[in-house]
Amino acid sequence: MATLTTESRPVRYALTAVALVFLFLFLLLPLIGVFWEALHKGWQLYLAALVEPEALSAIRLTLIAAGIAVPLNLVFGVAAAWAIARFDFRGKSLLTTLIDLPFAVSPVVAGLMFILLFGANTVVGGWLQDHGLQVIFAVPGIVLATVFVTFPFVARELIPLMQSQGADEEQAAIVLGASGWQTFRKVTLPNIKWGLLYGVILTNARAMGEFGAVSVVSGHIRGETNTIPLHVEILYNEYNFVGAFACASLLALLALVTLLVKSLVEWRLHRQQQASTLRTAAARLQAQAAQP
Amino acid sequence: MSIEIRNIRKQFGQFTALDNVSLDIAAGELLALLGPSGCGKTTLLRIIAGLEKPDAGQVLFGGADATHTHVAERQVGFVFQHYALFRHMTVFDNVAFGLSVKPRRERPSQEEIRERVMKLLKMVQLDWLADAYPGQLSGGQRQRIALARSLAVEPKVLLLDEPFGALDAKVRKDLRRWLRELHNDMHITSVFVTHDQEEALEVSDRVVVMDHGHIEQVGRPDDIYEHPATPFVTQFLGDVNLFHGRVDAGQLTIGSYEQALGQHQDADGDAAVAYVRPHDLDLTLQAAGALAQGRVEHIHAVGPVVRVELQQADGQTIEAAVSKERFRALGIVPGDTVYVTPRKLAVFLQEDAGQQDYVI
Repeated sequence: MATLTTESRPVRYALTAVALVFLFLFLLLPLIGVFWEALHKGWQLYLAALVEPEALSAIRLTLIAAGIAVPLNLVFGVAAAWAIARFDFRGKSLLTTLIDLPFAVSPVVAGLMFILLFGANTVVGGWLQDHGLQVIFAVPGIVLATVFVTFPFVARELIPLMQSQGADEEQAAIVLGASGWQTFRKVTLPNIKWGLLYGVILTNARAMGEFGAVSVVSGHIRGETNTIPLHVEILYNEYNFVGAFACASLLALLALVTLLVKSLVEWRLHRQQQASTLRTAAARLQAQAAQP
Repeated sequence: MSIEIRNIRKQFGQFTALDNVSLDIAAGELLALLGPSGCGKTTLLRIIAGLEKPDAGQVLFGGADATHTHVAERQVGFVFQHYALFRHMTVFDNVAFGLSVKPRRERPSQEEIRERVMKLLKMVQLDWLADAYPGQLSGGQRQRIALARSLAVEPKVLLLDEPFGALDAKVRKDLRRWLRELHNDMHITSVFVTHDQEEALEVSDRVVVMDHGHIEQVGRPDDIYEHPATPFVTQFLGDVNLFHGRVDAGQLTIGSYEQALGQHQDADGDAAVAYVRPHDLDLTLQAAGALAQGRVEHIHAVGPVVRVELQQADGQTIEAAVSKERFRALGIVPGDTVYVTPRKLAVFLQEDAGQQDYVI
């Protein structure tokens, strides 16, 4: 493919070099650092740091929080994006603004909001505690905080996508006799699935990596209310570098897996399209040959 | 199936899209809704389909009230302006969609679906593209697939929104003829929306001209073209020259030109506008009995008709279209002064022409 730029060669090389150096310094080097710190005293210590009870408990809690936040925000995100992209209603702009609230507000403030709402000496929190449900300094608070900070991702990803695609295809499906559910499953979902997947990947990454909001509501009870990021901080403050970086490497690994999955998905999609382009080209040739 | 539209009103906020519109569409008819953008034609089509709800009024299908019937149950085929093909499905799956979403007990078997889809694809001459995705098709091919998809469910009514709007001129002409032939074969009641008067006049059995949420005129294409009912219709249907004058008891006076009209007998010196199409103007070199005179500005001699642009003394332009023979006989060149006489003119009194001057 011909290059479209008119910049001279040195300029192009310089720009590329700047980008690469920047990527290396700020992304690749720290990532290597994490794994090096985690592994430089040997596999044994690395594994031991991951399977000790407190680390396992942190991993379990992180998985629970993400396991609840991701499906919840998946449903919420699709519903909100659908409503905003497809319908006009009173309070639509308010809803659009509210979706961005978790991005706008500091995670620490988000955590404090939940303490003010569900803390033991508040009306709601007190009532819940009387009925045997502790929210703050317990698992429910951590889940709530995680859901709160991650809820814009799916909706943010889908709204522009659905707006740009328009409602024509869905209307076409309905005119052809499809029910609302059939339309969603056969037309809407396939059209948004890559955006949706991307939103879910981001939600999951943030749910597992969230520190600020979770830190405020967690209470840092070892083996009970620590997620991986909180556990990493505690270990680090105790100068247990191998342990801290071993757990940190888990989160880094998650990031790498996320990128890998995304590339795989894109690669498969690309191949699918190529295959069909080839089939069509062949059919076109055949049709031309068949004509007298 | 016949369609009756009774007193439909539709308001979008402050904007009145349809203002008390009534229309009868006969079974098996091919009807064009023609008008400028914003005239309400697409809204009317979407109300017939059930994609939009009217604020008041009724839509009847075959005599039965369908106003509150859900879109999915109206059994209409709708072809969207930008085709709205399902981009993630192959052409085959697109056409099969309407059949495959039917409830299990009404759904044809896989083989039957396959047979019907391939038959439709053959009909639109695109069976060799069954495996392709919409993104790989040209505009004309997409349009034909969209049509095949809407016909797969055997609709009682076919509705097309600007069916040729997004295509280039050549493909457009081919598809027009093709749609006309298809309609002749299938005889399904069809309504299409267009802003292109040539398209409406060429393809349809009847044309409905709309403006500002009103129906201006309904009639056969030749009828509408020959006898436009309002200044708007006259101007919308093609190029036209305007001449301002007066009408007194059926007598039209424009400058020194006089002509008796078969209409406006009770007019009492009212201001009037005469509309004359370029090909209804003859050019002469004699001043006697002429409607106006002008200096020849441009001569476009490409094609069978020569278009001559004249400039009047007051700066107004007149456009006349004469045959090549007539043009040669006259032997005019730019700069000459020539006279025009009308063969046919449509005269409207100023009170109904006043605010409606429409610039094409």
